[in-house]
Amino acid sequence: MDPGSITVADSPLLRYTLRRADDALILGHRLSEWCGHAPMMEEDMALSNMALDLIGQARSLYAYAAEVEAAGRDEDAYAYLRDVTAYGNLLLVEQPNGDFAQTMIRQYLYSAFIDGYWRGLVRSTDATLSAVAAKAEKEAAYHLRHSAEWVIRLGDGTPESHQRAQRALDDLWPFTGEMFAVDASDRSLIARGIAVDTDALRGEWRAMVAQVAARATLILPGDGWMQRGGRDGRHSEHLGHLLSELQFMQRSYPGASW
Amino acid sequence: MVTRRDERALATLCDAACRVASAVVDPEIPVISIADLGILREVVVNGDRVEVVITPTYSGCPAMNMIKSEIEQALAAARLSPVVVTTVLSPAWTTDWITDTGRQQLLDYGIAPPVRGDGRTTLFRTAAVACPRCGSVETSQLAPFGSTACKALWRCDRCREPFDYFKCH
Repeated sequence: MDPGSITVADSPLLRYTLRRADDALILGHRLSEWCGHAPMMEEDMALSNMALDLIGQARSLYAYAAEVEAAGRDEDAYAYLRDVTAYGNLLLVEQPNGDFAQTMIRQYLYSAFIDGYWRGLVRSTDATLSAVAAKAEKEAAYHLRHSAEWVIRLGDGTPESHQRAQRALDDLWPFTGEMFAVDASDRSLIARGIAVDTDALRGEWRAMVAQVAARATLILPGDGWMQRGGRDGRHSEHLGHLLSELQFMQRSYPGASW
Repeated sequence: MVTRRDERALATLCDAACRVASAVVDPEIPVISIADLGILREVVVNGDRVEVVITPTYSGCPAMNMIKSEIEQALAAARLSPVVVTTVLSPAWTTDWITDTGRQQLLDYGIAPPVRGDGRTTLFRTAAVACPRCGSVETSQLAPFGSTACKALWRCDRCREPFDYFKCH
Protein backbone atom coordinates (compact mmCIF):
# COMPACT_ATOMS: atom_id res chain seq x y z
CA MET A 1 0.00 0.00 0.00
CA ASP A 2 1.21 3.48 -0.78
CA PRO A 3 1.70 5.35 2.51
CA GLY A 4 0.87 8.64 0.80
CA SER A 5 -2.51 10.26 0.97
CA ILE A 6 -5.23 9.33 -1.47
CA THR A 7 -7.15 11.75 -3.64
CA VAL A 8 -10.82 10.93 -3.67
CA ALA A 9 -13.02 11.44 -6.73
CA ASP A 10 -15.53 14.25 -6.59
CA SER A 11 -19.25 13.57 -6.79
CA PRO A 12 -22.15 14.83 -4.65
CA LEU A 13 -23.11 11.36 -3.37
CA LEU A 14 -19.53 10.44 -2.50
CA ARG A 15 -18.93 13.76 -0.77
CA TYR A 16 -22.20 13.44 1.12
CA THR A 17 -21.43 9.92 2.30
CA LEU A 18 -17.88 10.76 3.36
CA ARG A 19 -18.95 13.85 5.30
CA ARG A 20 -21.39 11.79 7.38
CA ALA A 21 -18.88 8.99 7.81
CA ASP A 22 -16.30 11.54 8.99
CA ASP A 23 -18.72 12.95 11.59
CA ALA A 24 -19.24 9.49 13.04
CA LEU A 25 -15.57 8.46 12.93
CA ILE A 26 -14.21 11.64 14.50
CA LEU A 27 -16.80 11.78 17.28
CA GLY A 28 -16.34 8.04 17.86
CA HIS A 29 -12.59 8.54 18.12
CA ARG A 30 -13.06 11.42 20.55
CA LEU A 31 -15.28 9.29 22.79
CA SER A 32 -12.82 6.41 22.63
CA GLU A 33 -10.20 8.72 24.17
CA TRP A 34 -12.18 8.41 27.42
CA CYS A 35 -11.67 4.67 27.57
CA GLY A 36 -9.97 4.00 30.90
CA HIS A 37 -10.31 7.66 31.99
CA ALA A 38 -14.01 8.22 32.61
CA PRO A 39 -15.16 9.42 36.04
CA MET A 40 -16.76 6.06 36.87
CA MET A 41 -16.76 2.58 35.43
CA GLU A 42 -20.35 2.62 34.13
CA GLU A 43 -19.55 5.81 32.25
CA ASP A 44 -16.33 4.39 30.89
CA MET A 45 -18.42 1.58 29.40
CA ALA A 46 -21.11 3.95 28.17
CA LEU A 47 -18.63 6.21 26.36
CA SER A 48 -16.83 3.23 24.82
CA ASN A 49 -20.14 1.71 23.76
CA MET A 50 -21.21 4.94 22.10
CA ALA A 51 -17.79 5.20 20.45
CA LEU A 52 -18.24 1.69 19.08
CA ASP A 53 -21.67 2.52 17.64
CA LEU A 54 -20.29 5.63 15.95
CA ILE A 55 -17.23 3.90 14.51
CA GLY A 56 -19.52 1.13 13.28
CA GLN A 57 -21.73 3.69 11.54
CA ALA A 58 -18.59 5.22 10.01
CA ARG A 59 -17.48 1.82 8.71
CA SER A 60 -20.83 1.19 7.02
CA LEU A 61 -20.69 4.61 5.37
CA TYR A 62 -17.03 4.32 4.30
CA ALA A 63 -17.80 0.89 2.83
CA TYR A 64 -20.59 2.50 0.85
CA ALA A 65 -18.27 5.33 -0.22
CA ALA A 66 -15.90 2.69 -1.59
CA GLU A 67 -18.78 1.20 -3.56
CA VAL A 68 -19.83 4.61 -4.90
CA GLU A 69 -16.31 5.64 -5.86
CA ALA A 70 -15.54 2.22 -7.36
CA ALA A 71 -11.82 2.91 -7.30
CA GLY A 72 -10.89 -0.38 -5.68
CA ARG A 73 -10.49 1.14 -2.21
CA ASP A 74 -11.74 -0.21 1.08
CA GLU A 75 -13.18 1.59 4.11
CA ASP A 76 -9.74 1.86 5.77
CA ALA A 77 -8.33 3.94 2.91
CA TYR A 78 -10.78 6.76 3.62
CA ALA A 79 -10.15 6.71 7.36
CA TYR A 80 -6.38 6.35 7.34
CA LEU A 81 -5.14 7.84 4.11
CA ARG A 82 -6.88 11.17 3.74
CA ASP A 83 -5.29 14.33 5.04
CA VAL A 84 -6.99 16.81 7.28
CA THR A 85 -8.24 19.06 4.46
CA ALA A 86 -9.97 16.09 2.82
CA TYR A 87 -12.03 15.44 5.95
CA GLY A 88 -15.53 16.88 5.81
CA ASN A 89 -16.73 16.42 9.39
CA LEU A 90 -18.46 19.08 11.46
CA LEU A 91 -16.21 21.30 13.56
CA LEU A 92 -18.32 20.37 16.59
CA VAL A 93 -17.28 16.71 16.63
CA GLU A 94 -13.54 17.40 16.47
CA GLN A 95 -13.56 19.71 19.49
CA PRO A 96 -11.49 18.33 22.36
CA ASN A 97 -13.15 16.30 25.10
CA GLY A 98 -12.33 18.92 27.74
CA ASP A 99 -13.94 17.94 31.00
CA PHE A 100 -16.82 15.48 31.33
CA ALA A 101 -19.36 18.31 31.02
CA GLN A 102 -17.88 19.44 27.70
CA THR A 103 -17.94 15.87 26.36
CA MET A 104 -21.56 15.36 27.40
CA ILE A 105 -22.79 18.74 26.14
CA ARG A 106 -21.08 18.06 22.79
CA GLN A 107 -22.62 14.59 22.72
CA TYR A 108 -26.04 15.95 23.50
CA LEU A 109 -25.96 18.76 20.91
CA TYR A 110 -24.88 16.27 18.25
CA SER A 111 -27.23 13.46 19.32
CA ALA A 112 -30.24 15.77 19.37
CA PHE A 113 -29.40 16.66 15.77
CA ILE A 114 -28.41 13.26 14.43
CA ASP A 115 -31.43 11.55 15.94
CA GLY A 116 -33.78 13.52 13.69
CA TYR A 117 -31.30 13.26 10.83
CA TRP A 118 -31.18 9.45 10.83
CA ARG A 119 -34.95 9.24 11.10
CA GLY A 120 -35.15 11.42 8.00
CA LEU A 121 -32.51 9.41 6.16
CA VAL A 122 -34.45 6.17 6.72
CA ARG A 123 -36.79 7.55 4.03
CA SER A 124 -33.91 8.16 1.60
CA THR A 125 -34.41 6.90 -1.95
CA ASP A 126 -30.86 5.55 -1.70
CA ALA A 127 -31.28 1.98 -0.41
CA THR A 128 -27.88 1.76 1.31
CA LEU A 129 -28.13 5.12 3.08
CA SER A 130 -31.62 4.17 4.21
CA ALA A 131 -30.37 0.82 5.55
CA VAL A 132 -27.47 2.42 7.45
CA ALA A 133 -29.92 4.95 8.90
CA ALA A 134 -32.39 2.27 10.00
CA LYS A 135 -29.71 0.80 12.24
CA ALA A 136 -28.12 4.07 13.35
CA GLU A 137 -31.37 5.74 14.38
CA LYS A 138 -31.89 3.28 17.23
CA GLU A 139 -28.31 3.71 18.39
CA ALA A 140 -28.71 7.50 18.27
CA ALA A 141 -31.86 7.24 20.39
CA TYR A 142 -29.83 5.57 23.16
CA HIS A 143 -27.08 8.19 22.88
CA LEU A 144 -29.60 11.00 22.99
CA ARG A 145 -31.30 9.70 26.10
CA HIS A 146 -28.01 9.06 27.89
CA SER A 147 -26.45 12.43 27.08
CA ALA A 148 -29.68 14.33 27.86
CA GLU A 149 -29.82 12.73 31.30
CA TRP A 150 -26.26 13.85 31.95
CA VAL A 151 -26.90 17.40 30.74
CA ILE A 152 -29.78 17.66 33.22
CA ARG A 153 -27.81 16.04 36.03
CA LEU A 154 -24.77 18.28 35.50
CA GLY A 155 -26.68 21.50 34.85
CA ASP A 156 -29.05 20.98 37.76
CA GLY A 157 -26.32 19.52 39.99
CA THR A 158 -23.76 21.25 42.15
CA PRO A 159 -22.64 24.87 41.61
CA GLU A 160 -19.45 23.56 40.05
CA SER A 161 -21.11 21.07 37.69
CA HIS A 162 -23.60 23.77 36.70
CA GLN A 163 -20.85 26.25 35.95
CA ARG A 164 -18.89 23.70 33.90
CA ALA A 165 -21.96 22.65 31.94
CA GLN A 166 -22.91 26.27 31.20
CA ARG A 167 -19.37 27.08 30.10
CA ALA A 168 -19.33 24.04 27.78
CA LEU A 169 -22.67 25.06 26.30
CA ASP A 170 -21.44 28.62 25.70
CA ASP A 171 -18.18 27.39 24.15
CA LEU A 172 -19.75 24.79 21.86
CA TRP A 173 -22.82 26.74 20.77
CA PRO A 174 -21.07 28.55 17.87
CA PHE A 175 -20.35 25.13 16.33
CA THR A 176 -24.00 24.07 16.17
CA GLY A 177 -25.05 26.17 13.16
CA GLU A 178 -22.93 24.09 10.80
CA MET A 179 -25.03 20.99 11.48
CA PHE A 180 -27.98 22.48 9.60
CA ALA A 181 -26.09 24.08 6.72
CA VAL A 182 -26.97 22.88 3.23
CA ASP A 183 -24.72 23.56 0.24
CA ALA A 184 -25.24 23.24 -3.53
CA SER A 185 -23.88 19.70 -3.52
CA ASP A 186 -26.40 18.66 -0.84
CA ARG A 187 -29.24 20.41 -2.65
CA SER A 188 -28.86 18.25 -5.75
CA LEU A 189 -29.24 15.17 -3.54
CA ILE A 190 -32.13 16.60 -1.52
CA ALA A 191 -33.99 17.24 -4.78
CA ARG A 192 -33.64 13.54 -5.66
CA GLY A 193 -34.84 12.38 -2.23
CA ILE A 194 -31.41 10.96 -1.37
CA ALA A 195 -30.29 13.46 1.27
CA VAL A 196 -32.03 14.97 4.27
CA ASP A 197 -32.77 18.69 4.19
CA THR A 198 -30.94 19.46 7.42
CA ASP A 199 -32.07 23.08 7.38
CA ALA A 200 -35.59 21.79 8.09
CA LEU A 201 -34.39 19.97 11.22
CA ARG A 202 -33.42 23.18 12.97
CA GLY A 203 -36.80 23.90 14.61
CA GLU A 204 -37.28 20.47 16.13
CA TRP A 205 -33.69 20.43 17.39
CA ARG A 206 -34.00 23.86 18.90
CA ALA A 207 -37.21 22.96 20.74
CA MET A 208 -35.72 19.75 22.11
CA VAL A 209 -32.50 21.42 23.25
CA ALA A 210 -34.42 24.29 24.87
CA GLN A 211 -36.54 21.83 26.82
CA VAL A 212 -33.55 19.90 28.18
CA ALA A 213 -31.65 23.13 28.91
CA ALA A 214 -34.62 24.41 30.93
CA ARG A 215 -34.70 21.24 33.02
CA ALA A 216 -30.94 21.54 33.44
CA THR A 217 -31.30 25.21 34.53
CA LEU A 218 -28.90 26.14 31.73
CA ILE A 219 -29.25 29.27 29.62
CA LEU A 220 -29.15 28.80 25.87
CA PRO A 221 -26.70 31.20 24.24
CA GLY A 222 -28.03 33.57 21.59
CA ASP A 223 -27.71 32.60 17.95
CA GLY A 224 -24.83 34.87 17.06
CA TRP A 225 -22.12 34.25 14.51
CA MET A 226 -21.63 30.58 13.76
CA GLN A 227 -18.37 28.79 12.92
CA ARG A 228 -18.26 27.14 9.49
CA GLY A 229 -15.76 25.32 7.32
CA GLY A 230 -15.54 21.72 8.48
CA ARG A 231 -17.68 20.42 5.61
CA ASP A 232 -15.20 21.98 3.15
CA GLY A 233 -12.06 20.78 4.88
CA ARG A 234 -11.29 23.97 6.83
CA HIS A 235 -10.79 22.60 10.31
CA SER A 236 -9.71 23.75 13.73
CA GLU A 237 -6.17 22.79 14.73
CA HIS A 238 -7.56 19.93 16.82
CA LEU A 239 -8.39 17.63 13.90
CA GLY A 240 -4.80 17.39 12.69
CA HIS A 241 -3.66 16.23 16.12
CA LEU A 242 -6.49 13.72 16.30
CA LEU A 243 -5.65 12.30 12.86
CA SER A 244 -1.96 12.04 13.70
CA GLU A 245 -2.94 9.57 16.39
CA LEU A 246 -5.71 7.85 14.45
CA GLN A 247 -3.59 7.43 11.30
CA PHE A 248 -0.17 6.83 12.82
CA MET A 249 -0.01 3.07 12.34
CA GLN A 250 -1.07 3.04 8.70
CA ARG A 251 1.12 6.01 7.82
CA SER A 252 4.22 4.59 9.51
CA TYR A 253 3.64 0.91 8.72
CA PRO A 254 1.63 0.94 5.50
CA GLY A 255 -0.70 -2.01 5.13
CA ALA A 256 0.05 -3.31 8.64
CA SER A 257 -2.60 -5.67 9.95
CA TRP A 258 -2.97 -8.02 12.90
CA MET B 1 -29.07 -30.09 -18.64
CA VAL B 2 -29.98 -30.39 -15.00
CA THR B 3 -31.08 -33.89 -14.14
CA ARG B 4 -33.30 -34.85 -11.24
CA ARG B 5 -30.26 -36.40 -9.57
CA ASP B 6 -28.37 -33.07 -9.83
CA GLU B 7 -31.30 -31.28 -8.27
CA ARG B 8 -31.41 -33.73 -5.41
CA ALA B 9 -27.65 -33.40 -4.89
CA LEU B 10 -27.98 -29.61 -4.87
CA ALA B 11 -30.81 -29.72 -2.34
CA THR B 12 -28.76 -32.05 -0.11
CA LEU B 13 -25.71 -29.80 -0.39
CA CYS B 14 -27.83 -26.76 0.43
CA ASP B 15 -29.38 -28.49 3.45
CA ALA B 16 -25.98 -29.55 4.72
CA ALA B 17 -24.52 -26.06 4.29
CA CYS B 18 -27.55 -24.55 5.97
CA ARG B 19 -27.25 -26.92 8.93
CA VAL B 20 -23.55 -26.16 9.40
CA ALA B 21 -24.00 -22.38 9.06
CA SER B 22 -27.00 -22.39 11.41
CA ALA B 23 -25.00 -24.10 14.13
CA VAL B 24 -22.35 -21.34 14.32
CA VAL B 25 -22.71 -19.60 17.69
CA ASP B 26 -22.32 -16.00 18.73
CA PRO B 27 -18.77 -15.59 20.10
CA GLU B 28 -19.95 -13.25 22.88
CA ILE B 29 -22.95 -15.36 23.91
CA PRO B 30 -21.86 -18.89 22.97
CA VAL B 31 -25.19 -20.51 23.85
CA ILE B 32 -27.15 -18.92 21.02
CA SER B 33 -26.70 -19.80 17.35
CA ILE B 34 -26.61 -17.19 14.61
CA ALA B 35 -29.83 -18.71 13.26
CA ASP B 36 -31.65 -18.21 16.58
CA LEU B 37 -30.13 -14.76 16.93
CA GLY B 38 -31.79 -13.92 13.62
CA ILE B 39 -28.71 -12.74 11.77
CA LEU B 40 -28.45 -15.67 9.35
CA ARG B 41 -30.49 -14.59 6.35
CA GLU B 42 -29.91 -17.15 3.67
CA VAL B 43 -27.71 -19.99 2.49
CA VAL B 44 -27.53 -20.54 -1.25
CA VAL B 45 -25.44 -22.80 -3.43
CA ASN B 46 -24.17 -21.43 -6.73
CA GLY B 47 -22.40 -24.17 -8.66
CA ASP B 48 -19.90 -25.51 -6.14
CA ARG B 49 -19.79 -22.27 -4.17
CA VAL B 50 -21.72 -21.77 -0.94
CA GLU B 51 -22.96 -18.29 -0.22
CA VAL B 52 -23.99 -17.40 3.32
CA VAL B 53 -25.86 -14.13 3.79
CA ILE B 54 -25.79 -12.52 7.22
CA THR B 55 -26.93 -9.18 8.60
CA PRO B 56 -25.22 -7.16 11.34
CA THR B 57 -26.84 -6.62 14.73
CA TYR B 58 -25.41 -3.28 15.88
CA SER B 59 -23.39 -1.01 13.56
CA GLY B 60 -20.25 -1.45 15.61
CA CYS B 61 -20.65 -5.01 16.86
CA PRO B 62 -17.09 -6.41 16.93
CA ALA B 63 -18.44 -9.97 16.91
CA MET B 64 -19.49 -9.67 13.25
CA ASN B 65 -15.95 -10.15 11.89
CA MET B 66 -15.50 -13.20 14.07
CA ILE B 67 -18.88 -14.66 13.08
CA LYS B 68 -17.91 -14.28 9.45
CA SER B 69 -14.67 -16.19 9.89
CA GLU B 70 -16.35 -18.84 12.03
CA ILE B 71 -18.90 -19.49 9.28
CA GLU B 72 -16.07 -19.89 6.80
CA GLN B 73 -14.18 -22.25 9.09
CA ALA B 74 -17.24 -24.35 9.97
CA LEU B 75 -18.13 -24.86 6.32
CA ALA B 76 -14.52 -25.58 5.37
CA ALA B 77 -14.30 -28.16 8.17
CA ALA B 78 -17.44 -29.81 6.76
CA ARG B 79 -15.78 -29.80 3.31
CA LEU B 80 -18.37 -27.38 2.02
CA SER B 81 -16.09 -24.81 0.47
CA PRO B 82 -15.46 -22.46 -1.27
CA VAL B 83 -17.60 -20.17 0.87
CA VAL B 84 -18.55 -16.55 0.40
CA VAL B 85 -20.04 -14.72 3.37
CA THR B 86 -22.02 -11.65 2.32
CA THR B 87 -23.32 -8.98 4.65
CA VAL B 88 -26.58 -7.23 3.83
CA LEU B 89 -27.88 -4.21 5.72
CA SER B 90 -31.48 -4.08 4.61
CA PRO B 91 -33.93 -4.80 6.11
CA ALA B 92 -32.24 -3.88 9.37
CA TRP B 93 -32.00 -6.58 12.03
CA THR B 94 -34.12 -6.09 15.11
CA THR B 95 -34.21 -7.98 18.40
CA ASP B 96 -37.66 -9.23 17.35
CA TRP B 97 -35.89 -11.64 14.99
CA ILE B 98 -34.47 -13.60 17.92
CA THR B 99 -36.41 -16.88 17.92
CA ASP B 100 -38.32 -18.24 20.91
CA THR B 101 -35.60 -20.88 21.26
CA GLY B 102 -33.01 -18.11 21.26
CA ARG B 103 -34.90 -16.14 23.90
CA GLN B 104 -35.04 -19.21 26.13
CA GLN B 105 -31.31 -19.82 25.58
CA LEU B 106 -30.51 -16.25 26.61
CA LEU B 107 -32.65 -16.64 29.71
CA ASP B 108 -31.00 -19.94 30.66
CA TYR B 109 -27.60 -18.28 30.22
CA GLY B 110 -28.58 -15.51 32.67
CA ILE B 111 -29.38 -12.76 30.16
CA ALA B 112 -32.87 -11.25 30.23
CA PRO B 113 -34.22 -11.36 26.64
CA PRO B 114 -35.27 -8.06 25.00
CA VAL B 115 -38.75 -6.67 25.40
CA ARG B 116 -40.64 -7.45 22.19
CA GLY B 117 -41.49 -4.80 19.63
CA ASP B 118 -38.90 -3.05 17.49
CA GLY B 119 -40.76 0.23 17.24
CA ARG B 120 -39.01 3.27 18.61
CA THR B 121 -41.40 3.54 21.53
CA THR B 122 -40.50 0.09 22.78
CA LEU B 123 -36.77 0.86 22.86
CA PHE B 124 -37.09 2.38 26.30
CA ARG B 125 -40.21 0.64 27.61
CA THR B 126 -38.39 -1.76 29.87
CA ALA B 127 -40.72 -1.82 32.86
CA ALA B 128 -41.31 -5.57 32.72
CA VAL B 129 -37.76 -6.90 32.60
CA ALA B 130 -37.85 -10.09 34.65
CA CYS B 131 -34.85 -11.32 36.60
CA PRO B 132 -33.40 -14.33 34.72
CA ARG B 133 -32.57 -16.01 38.03
CA CYS B 134 -35.66 -15.67 40.22
CA GLY B 135 -38.22 -14.36 37.73
CA SER B 136 -39.12 -11.30 39.79
CA VAL B 137 -40.11 -8.19 37.86
CA GLU B 138 -38.93 -5.99 40.72
CA THR B 139 -35.79 -5.01 38.86
CA SER B 140 -33.94 -1.79 38.14
CA GLN B 141 -31.40 -0.60 35.64
CA LEU B 142 -27.89 0.03 36.95
CA ALA B 143 -26.29 1.22 33.71
CA PRO B 144 -27.79 1.73 30.24
CA PHE B 145 -24.62 0.49 28.51
CA GLY B 146 -23.12 -2.85 29.44
CA SER B 147 -20.26 -5.21 28.68
CA THR B 148 -21.18 -5.46 25.00
CA ALA B 149 -23.06 -3.22 22.57
CA CYS B 150 -26.23 -5.29 22.93
CA LYS B 151 -26.52 -5.29 26.70
CA ALA B 152 -27.45 -3.09 29.65
CA LEU B 153 -26.69 -3.83 33.28
CA TRP B 154 -29.66 -4.49 35.56
CA ARG B 155 -30.20 -5.66 39.11
CA CYS B 156 -32.91 -7.72 40.70
CA ASP B 157 -34.34 -5.92 43.71
CA ARG B 158 -35.78 -9.20 45.06
CA CYS B 159 -32.80 -11.60 44.92
CA ARG B 160 -30.24 -8.75 44.69
CA GLU B 161 -28.33 -10.38 41.84
CA PRO B 162 -27.06 -8.20 38.98
CA PHE B 163 -27.82 -9.41 35.47
CA ASP B 164 -27.44 -8.47 31.82
CA TYR B 165 -30.43 -7.31 29.84
CA PHE B 166 -30.38 -7.71 26.07
CA LYS B 167 -31.43 -4.26 24.88
CA CYS B 168 -34.18 -3.68 22.35
CA HIS B 169 -32.91 -2.78 18.94
